[in-house]
Amino acid sequence: MVNRQPIDVYAHDIGEEKQASVLSGSASSTEKRLSALFNDYDDPNALRKLAGGIKDHTLHHLDRYLEQTEASLKRNGGHVHFADTADDAREAVLSILKERELTRLTKSKSMASEEIHLNDYLTEQGIEVLESDLGEFIIQLDGDTPSHIVRPIIHKNRREIARSFQRGGIATDYNDDPETITRRARVHLREKYMQAEAVITGGNFISAESGRVVLVTNEGNSRFGMAPSRVHIALVGIEKLVPTDRDLAVFLNLLGRSATGQQLTVYTEFISGPKDEGQPSGPEEMHVVLMNNGRTDVLASNCREILRCIRCSACQNVCPVYRQASGHAYRSPYGGPVGAVLSPILFGDKFPELADLPKASSLCGACNEVCPVDIPIPDLLLRLRDKAKREHIPQPGDLPMAPFATLATSPAIWRTAMTMSKAMNHLPIHVAPVRPLQDWLGQRTLPDWHGGDFRKWLKSRREN
Amino acid sequence: MSRDTIFSKIRSAISELDCKAEHPGFEDDTIVSSSRLGSDSPKAAFKRNFEAVNGRVMNSCDEVVALLHEQGQTHGYCDPELMESVGQRLVDAGLEVETSYDRERYDDYAFGITRATGAIAESGSLILDDAKTSDRLAALSPWVHVAVLRESEILRTIPEALGRLNTSRNIIWATGPSKTADVEGILIEGVHGPGEQIALFVD
Ligand code: SF4
Repeated sequence: MVNRQPIDVYAHDIGEEKQASVLSGSASSTEKRLSALFNDYDDPNALRKLAGGIKDHTLHHLDRYLEQTEASLKRNGGHVHFADTADDAREAVLSILKERELTRLTKSKSMASEEIHLNDYLTEQGIEVLESDLGEFIIQLDGDTPSHIVRPIIHKNRREIARSFQRGGIATDYNDDPETITRRARVHLREKYMQAEAVITGGNFISAESGRVVLVTNEGNSRFGMAPSRVHIALVGIEKLVPTDRDLAVFLNLLGRSATGQQLTVYTEFISGPKDEGQPSGPEEMHVVLMNNGRTDVLASNCREILRCIRCSACQNVCPVYRQASGHAYRSPYGGPVGAVLSPILFGDKFPELADLPKASSLCGACNEVCPVDIPIPDLLLRLRDKAKREHIPQPGDLPMAPFATLATSPAIWRTAMTMSKAMNHLPIHVAPVRPLQDWLGQRTLPDWHGGDFRKWLKSRREN
Repeated sequence: MSRDTIFSKIRSAISELDCKAEHPGFEDDTIVSSSRLGSDSPKAAFKRNFEAVNGRVMNSCDEVVALLHEQGQTHGYCDPELMESVGQRLVDAGLEVETSYDRERYDDYAFGITRATGAIAESGSLILDDAKTSDRLAALSPWVHVAVLRESEILRTIPEALGRLNTSRNIIWATGPSKTADVEGILIEGVHGPGEQIALFVD
């Protein structure tokens, strides 16, 4: 068998139905994003640069803003926990729950928790964790993993979901009408919310100035998870800070539009502590777990710009490779261009296994153009390819460079090769029994050979 | 432990930087969408944007009653402080209204009437503030949520609304009814929160 890049293997094996779901889902999100931004602003590009600039400023002064965030959260009556590693984060969450003997939780969508496989861990410890975002709920029901940052089940169609509901005991009969599916989840989940003792959320932003944790959802699941619970735990990556409440205007406006073409996501929640006195519903305690898990390694690398990411998924939606291969091909919670950069460095110990990801790109630049925080993703991909080279991590599809070096340093051999190579246009070289050549051609089509034409042209120019 | 480790890792990472970016700064105008805001009154802009996300704007209790009748909703909750101005009109029209929310019977409440502290014209959002919401669950679990506010409480833009965030520990901007497009990208409203989001102006 040809030694293909792992991502090509996924794209090859994904199946037509799944590929069609991913393709139509990502294409429609791309369109909505475009019209939302360009109808509403004269110069959306200026906003992307501004947002990138604010994020860079925050990251370059992260020590200061993290300290300020800690102080603000405490001032608001929240408990602050720092977690350097994935283990630390899991343990921090567990000990909050254990100390209070809480065993039933709901959880609203959080990429940070996906990163550290929090659900599996808590389940092993005898704690019931129920995902409450409709997409994540279905993922959990199927024992699957999300394949998209914003739409975790972009790879599933209604028929698969209807079958999962039947299998999982959510419904007794098969019904694939999206409205019925949603109503059934509504009934099932609200019963669970009402029984839950605690809720785990992520955090889209934290304002260092005010200590407000900002959460956005369309479904209202984090709102509903919080209202009946006694304890709220927010698990947030340390790169999610913004300096002030005012800065949030830039990010909230860009996030909704870039993710789904909405001006604002339906529910934007500003949470700065446990419930107010006099409010009958809502958590009595708020805990914020500030997680590193490799982010400082990214900050120390030459790809630190990726930490600006606000997880909008626009780069996934627009990426031709993502559209063909789907998110699972990227083998981490972050698929698409953002994952191709982030995963190999964030999960540094896995760099050799994930070092192929930066190669799974044609460097077409679309991801950079849509990114609301102006991350130069193609440049970062090149830097990572370079890192793989320097660390001598062999990649499928690498061609041995020695023959080229010989050719390029000897004009006579070069001339002959150029002329001879014309014959390639007529030879079935894709079946040539040369392994590296097969690997390389397995992913590419060669244009017709025009070698030698330049010399001919130069010669005729001299003669005239 | 983790705290010190994280801070020292951050400091060592950023000490390598040649130059540290300044905050670029911006004017509110840069981020406000003038096409969303339009040149009409804040209330007209709010209505336009709120309706664009399938919210409903109402100016009298009769309109609320008509909708509830139409949808066959008969029983709900009303913030005690709003009984006089709103709840009583519903009772007069034959609807059952409770002034306390019993979470054991969460399914009994088809509508919930609570205060909004304001709205944002530019985005068509209602501002729900913990300090003024009589019960979070009553504003969230019923199919119909009626947020009661005054026209004078509408703020024009998102930056203005961010500047006015108060000390309340839970503030929600609700921009239309709860929704999802998780199943094949098809829009369905009323996932966990209200399927009908109403802004009722009492002036
Ligand atoms: S890299 Fe940019 S476009 Fe991609 S998810 Fe992050 S913010 Fe969005």
